[in-house]
Amino acid sequence: MTPPEAEFDELTAEDVSRHFGRRRALSRVSFRADRGAILGLLGPNGAGKSTMLALLGTLLRPSSGRILYGKFDASHHGASLRASIGVLGHDLFLYPELTARENLEFFAGLYGLRDRRGAAAAALEHARLSDRADDAVSSFSRGMRQRLGLERALIHRPRLLLLDEPFTGLDDASAAALGRRLGTLRDQGTIIILATHDLDLAEPLLNRAIFLRDGRVVDAVERPEALRAVYREVMSRTTAVSGFAGSPRSGEAGSRTDEP
Amino acid sequence: MFARIVWLVLRKDFTVEVRSLEIAYTTLFFAISCVLVFAFALVQEGRAPEGGAAGILWIAIAFAGTLALGRTFERERQSETLRALLLAPAARPAVYLGKLLGIVALLLAAEILLVPLVTLLFQAPLLEHPAWLAVILVAGTIGFAAVGTLFAAMLVRVRSRDVLLPVLLYPITVPVIIAGVRATAALLEPQPDAGIIRFWLALLACFDVVFVTLALWTFEPLMTD
Repeated sequence: MTPPEAEFDELTAEDVSRHFGRRRALSRVSFRADRGAILGLLGPNGAGKSTMLALLGTLLRPSSGRILYGKFDASHHGASLRASIGVLGHDLFLYPELTARENLEFFAGLYGLRDRRGAAAAALEHARLSDRADDAVSSFSRGMRQRLGLERALIHRPRLLLLDEPFTGLDDASAAALGRRLGTLRDQGTIIILATHDLDLAEPLLNRAIFLRDGRVVDAVERPEALRAVYREVMSRTTAVSGFAGSPRSGEAGSRTDEP
Repeated sequence: MFARIVWLVLRKDFTVEVRSLEIAYTTLFFAISCVLVFAFALVQEGRAPEGGAAGILWIAIAFAGTLALGRTFERERQSETLRALLLAPAARPAVYLGKLLGIVALLLAAEILLVPLVTLLFQAPLLEHPAWLAVILVAGTIGFAAVGTLFAAMLVRVRSRDVLLPVLLYPITVPVIIAGVRATAALLEPQPDAGIIRFWLALLACFDVVFVTLALWTFEPLMTD
């Protein structure tokens, strides 16, 4: 039996730590994410964002602390929770040899949807790929794969959507379309957690953000208008600590000249 | 639902393989090369060593199987789709069983070509008792693939997985391979002793039950770090 979907309206991480052997990936991270809001997990590469998403997606267990999905705990309700979680990672979790429709129908089946064909057709419509439904994914551009990957993650209408660097490799038009889709999902009440180091693209979407560095929460921002200033400060501290002297990427510390 | 997930994973693997034929070609090429090398080395003046055919057949199956196991999970690793399978609410043992059946089907398809080749090159009467042979091959292949599928899935994120898979797999599956070789060798006798064949088959069946049960039991915790 497919487990019944766990219903929850907020997600709470309480003092979550995760170690890989002697290496500490996350240390006592706490935050809360609510329905209808996009929470940003911001920080430089290696800050622990992807590990945090793996913990939230129930792929990893915390070494200490706990994650609560409403009243549910992943250690006891893993399968039920997975039925309510959608994940879009760096890699898009698509089989390149299969067509777009076959990929979507396969994942619809894995999530126990009764009408797999209907769900796949609706997802193709959302991804604006109905005319390429029967083409192999290997023939798709990065933008098309990204749209398909997002709809794959959403095919079971998850309550919680986890996104890891979703804007990677997208052109401006595709990034804007992805932003609009995420905005719609937020307005429909999905809890969205977006991990990125690219503030330029994420800033208009985020309602709140926490900043990670070396596996620790170093700052949190409740007001979107304060994001950029805090981001600059966190990234400049990272740059100073690591001694990095190259040109910062767009969106990173000191990369913009139009800052207030 | 369990059976449906098994079927979904199996059908997906079959479709992917039919489109690419990557694992089928490499596995077959490797297995046939293996048999040919042994044939050139061991068959002297048209005479094959007595009892050699059974060993050669199972060595080819084991080597080709290891290659197929590695490639099957490498494919899941490249696009991180194993992660997607584990993120779904589907029962993880069902995912394991789907992958296992896919590998067993692939190896059985390779064996359909290997058996006539070994029969021909080693003048072994393998096809005189096709029903017995089929049961021995199916039982041995399931036992080998049951352990192999579990280990290949566990090692998918390990950098040295290509080295570690045979290192871990062969010591544990040696009993299966020995039982398979002995059962096949008994079948090649001029007057096959049904009692001996049944004994080795029963042993293979025991290994299958133990390995599949253990793998189904441990797959979920092993895949949740």
